[in-house]
Amino acid sequence: MAHTVTPHGGHGHNDHGHHDDHHDHESIKVLGFWMFLITDVILFGTLFATFSVLHNSTNGGPTPHEMFEMPGVIAETFILLTSSFTSGIAVLQMHKGNKKGLIGWLIITALLGASFIFLEVSEFIKMVDEGVTIGTSGYWSAFFTLVGTHGLHVSVGLCWMVGLMIQIGKHGINSVTKRKVTIVSLYWHFLDVVWIFVLTVVYLMGVM
Amino acid sequence: MFKEFWDFLMNDFFITGDPLILGAQVSIGLSMVAIVIALTYFKKWRWLWTEWLTTVDHKKIGIMYVIAALLMLFRGGVDALLIRTQLAVPQLEFLHAGHYNAIFTTHGVIMILFMAMPLMFGLFNIVVPLQIGARDVAFPYLNSLSFWLFFFGAMLFNVSFVIGGSPDAGWLAYPPLSELSGSPGLGQDFYIWGIQISGIGSLASGINFVVTILKMRAPGMKLMQMPMFTWSVLSSSITIMFAFPILTVTLFLLFIDRYLGAHFFTLDGGGNPMMYVNLIWMWGHPEVYIVILPAFGVFSDVVSTFSKKKLFGYKSMVFALMSISFFSFFTWLHHFFTMGSGADVNAFFAVTTMLIAIPTGVKVFNWLFTMFRGRITFSQPMLWTIAFIPCFVVGGMTGVMLSVAPADFQFHNSYFLIAHFHQVLIGGVVFGYFAGLYYWWPKMFGFKLHDGLGKWAFWLWNIGFYVCFMPQYALGLMGMTRRFNEYNFDLGWQPLNIVSTVGAFIMGLGFIFQVWQIAHSIKFLKKEKSGDAWGEGRTLEWSIPSPAPMYNFAHLPEVTSSDEWWEEKQRRAKGIQPKAPGPLEPIHMPKNSGIPFIMSVFFFIAGFGFVWHWTWMIVPGLIGVACCLFARSFDYDPDYYIPVDEIERTEAALKGVR
Amino acid sequence: MRKYIRFLVPLMIMLIAVMLSGCSDQYVVLDPKGPIGESQKDLIWITVWLCAIILVPVLILTAIIVWRYRDKKDNKAGYQPNWEHSTKLETIWWAIPIIIIAILATVTIKYTYDLEPSKPLESAKQPITIEATSLDWKWLFTYPDEGISTVNYLQIPEDTPIRFRVTADQAMNSFWIPQLGGQIYAMSGMAMTLYLQADEVGDFLGMGANFTGEQFAKMTFNVKSTSDADYRAWVDSVKQTSPALTEEGFKELKLPGSSEQQTFSAFPKGLFDQVVMQYVGPNGIDAPNSGKKSGPVHDAEGGHDTQSPTTTDEAKS
Repeated sequence: MAHTVTPHGGHGHNDHGHHDDHHDHESIKVLGFWMFLITDVILFGTLFATFSVLHNSTNGGPTPHEMFEMPGVIAETFILLTSSFTSGIAVLQMHKGNKKGLIGWLIITALLGASFIFLEVSEFIKMVDEGVTIGTSGYWSAFFTLVGTHGLHVSVGLCWMVGLMIQIGKHGINSVTKRKVTIVSLYWHFLDVVWIFVLTVVYLMGVM
Repeated sequence: MFKEFWDFLMNDFFITGDPLILGAQVSIGLSMVAIVIALTYFKKWRWLWTEWLTTVDHKKIGIMYVIAALLMLFRGGVDALLIRTQLAVPQLEFLHAGHYNAIFTTHGVIMILFMAMPLMFGLFNIVVPLQIGARDVAFPYLNSLSFWLFFFGAMLFNVSFVIGGSPDAGWLAYPPLSELSGSPGLGQDFYIWGIQISGIGSLASGINFVVTILKMRAPGMKLMQMPMFTWSVLSSSITIMFAFPILTVTLFLLFIDRYLGAHFFTLDGGGNPMMYVNLIWMWGHPEVYIVILPAFGVFSDVVSTFSKKKLFGYKSMVFALMSISFFSFFTWLHHFFTMGSGADVNAFFAVTTMLIAIPTGVKVFNWLFTMFRGRITFSQPMLWTIAFIPCFVVGGMTGVMLSVAPADFQFHNSYFLIAHFHQVLIGGVVFGYFAGLYYWWPKMFGFKLHDGLGKWAFWLWNIGFYVCFMPQYALGLMGMTRRFNEYNFDLGWQPLNIVSTVGAFIMGLGFIFQVWQIAHSIKFLKKEKSGDAWGEGRTLEWSIPSPAPMYNFAHLPEVTSSDEWWEEKQRRAKGIQPKAPGPLEPIHMPKNSGIPFIMSVFFFIAGFGFVWHWTWMIVPGLIGVACCLFARSFDYDPDYYIPVDEIERTEAALKGVR
Repeated sequence: MRKYIRFLVPLMIMLIAVMLSGCSDQYVVLDPKGPIGESQKDLIWITVWLCAIILVPVLILTAIIVWRYRDKKDNKAGYQPNWEHSTKLETIWWAIPIIIIAILATVTIKYTYDLEPSKPLESAKQPITIEATSLDWKWLFTYPDEGISTVNYLQIPEDTPIRFRVTADQAMNSFWIPQLGGQIYAMSGMAMTLYLQADEVGDFLGMGANFTGEQFAKMTFNVKSTSDADYRAWVDSVKQTSPALTEEGFKELKLPGSSEQQTFSAFPKGLFDQVVMQYVGPNGIDAPNSGKKSGPVHDAEGGHDTQSPTTTDEAKS
């Protein structure tokens, strides 16, 4: 990372030690992550667009109405919303400087995320067992791709959290781990918002 | 066992039985062996690894982008000459239909994605941090990753020429032709993965430069004091951020159609091929503005430098850039007015397309009035800029003609269209990047390119351009459609096709002159002593030595004006000395890293596996990518400080040169 | 700069000479033989003149400025290195393009509605329907009114509106007869409507204008416009002398490959609609709930700009 005196940040650089420098760095990385989130919004937006174009292309095959089982989906929703909440608590613990609390709440968040993935995967497996796959029709191609991409994002987030917990264990809470936790929780909230849209556009409108 | 493997290699893996391709295979093989031997003999492996493959220095990455782009320009150019040869004398069947289709497809993909884009990123990398007074981009490690992803994506695409088969469904690969039903071969998979991998790199670069420009400017530099090239990079990068995810998704959907039998764009199963056409142009149209906007930036900087005058209408210029990048997202449908979307839709997109002509026209006037009451020197960058204006204005006008929906029913897919977009892409983008390359070449390497040879190249390119493409407008009005590999002699198309081919070869000659020019300038190297190579530099990059030291600025400059260096020179001429900078401080710099290179190799491996449906190759490829991500995440020591005495030594050495 | 002019002027003259040396009737787009092509030609000239209003002055201005302000010792022209803004001037050149584009946009919108391809032509005569199918790599034309069919050539009566219905079997193509009027895409699963008319007797070039794969270049066809009487005579002779196109014959014709011109005295009834609906399964659009894997059904409601096969014609004509 280059030296980072910016018009917003470190001006008078007489006594600016490494700490200041790092702080500025980390804020740049957070901004970069926001930019990434914008591109991810476009990515999901495109997938939602294809989904809505194909939402009637069931090809005479099974319809969402026949296939969706709402109890599982509602459970997934509650689990993911709760995990968003717990990741928020983790950040609060971090700001308190409570390393154990931070790791603990991150573990809870990750477990909730894992159970979300577990439910989603079982839902997919059940569908495949009943003969509905990504190749069944345009609708199911769009369904598996959209929901699957969200699931993939959540899975990546899980791996990331696990890696982060090890790092916090090793390095404690410092400016770098703080930034990483901030970013991960940002990502996690973002996935939560995307899921709300998935729930509405795919599931609720599918069974209506 | 061995025999089976051999049969596979000879029948499926390598493309065999074509003398042209066999020649390419042999020459690729020989040059690879030669490179390996040379590197070993001169003991340069370590140098290659530490200085280049692992570098995170934006200047070096920029140079690598430029070299890769020029190589790709060579390949795309050879493709173009093959196409033109076939069309001049279709009777000879110089290329058979299948081969011709592959060549125009790769010509298009390479020129846009593997020539224009890397040349653009090369200029971004070399210039932006220097212009805004920064020591590197915001994310140097990511920057290196972007380059290597582009590089290995381009390699994956190019390898299809000798292994597996080239794509041949057109540069945007419309389904159903590009689906398994229309293109069962591997070429289309190479297309998908080559572009996908390099596209991820482009997306990351877009984010990188937005953050760099927003956060890394020198103290005092307000947004409205940025050099115009930096503004154009900002507008282009924002456009990348919004457009490239659409490409990623579109290619991904086409991939799962082909790989998993999904039905997004298939004819059967409820798929919708027209959705692909919409999606790909939602990326494709902004894409052409992504490459043209930085060229506008180059012209703005060059025109004011060599008119020795401030850029006219700075605010208008900024507003024009931003509105072009905004409107570029609302014009995609003009690429298929003939799809029968109805008069309402066509009228809407016709008007939005025309609207873009307004800010573009204003830019032209502002460039003209920058020269007005200036003092114009005809240096090489300025020559390309002056040639650009009439060329682009004519190309823009034919663009407006194409935007008139009912008239487009007659122009669509004809050579009129071909002539139009080559005129704006060569006359605009290529001329612009050449201008930029000549302009910043001394900053990159510390010497100027030979003037006489450069002028030869310039005139050959220009004359060749008009000889090549003006007849194509006429051919379009004669009803000649793009992508024909042959035509009936009775149609009377041949004379103009021959003229056009001659023009293409003149441009080829121009390229040879440029290669000669570079070789000549290296051989008779005249070191550029001052950092301000043109003597008329206006922006911060000219205030430091050429080539710039690793940390760019020993002291970060304080900025008060958009032409900071020019103002500074004015002040010094008046005898006002700059206030003495404070003592030097250790400079915080990123460490080199091999991870981006290694990770991109794994991407290549995974992509190659996906093309061939080889799970045993995909899995290790993806695991490798994941390991690289983790390795980076666990690295808590990615940067270091350059101590003061080292900076002092470097600065003293540089002053000695001066 | 003088060198520039010295080089370019003769070159341009030469180029223009070469381009015009071919007889002007080679410029088929500018030499239309039907009302649609005629209007499109008019529109093209309007845009050319409107563009020229800006283009010509800008080119002249460029030449003058570059010449006048070149860096020469005894250049007496003014030099104002800090002159960077003039609200008056900038207002002028924001205004000029805005006005031109406003005019052009108005013209364009009017013509876009007038020349909507599916809009019937005004004529005393009843339109003839011809169905054009893009196969890999040949055009099949079926005349539902006459019951005859041709491959890779068309014969039409002059002064009679032709209602083309256009589709594709596989890859997307575009149906273009430049001298009669602009093109329309031929897309699988869709029947596009395009009205054209020939005002005189003659032979016109027709072609596929969108890349469809290997032998795409072989998809050109001839359009022969004749008098009504000759057209009738041709139809009768086709009916008497040519073989019929059977289901089997069509299956063979569909196979990838190019074809000579062919003529058929009959074709399987509803062949065109069969091609359009081939991906709509036996259960049809109205039976989406009929169980799994019941065969393909085309997207009935359509997405954004996709029309479903059954509704396109009604909606458009």
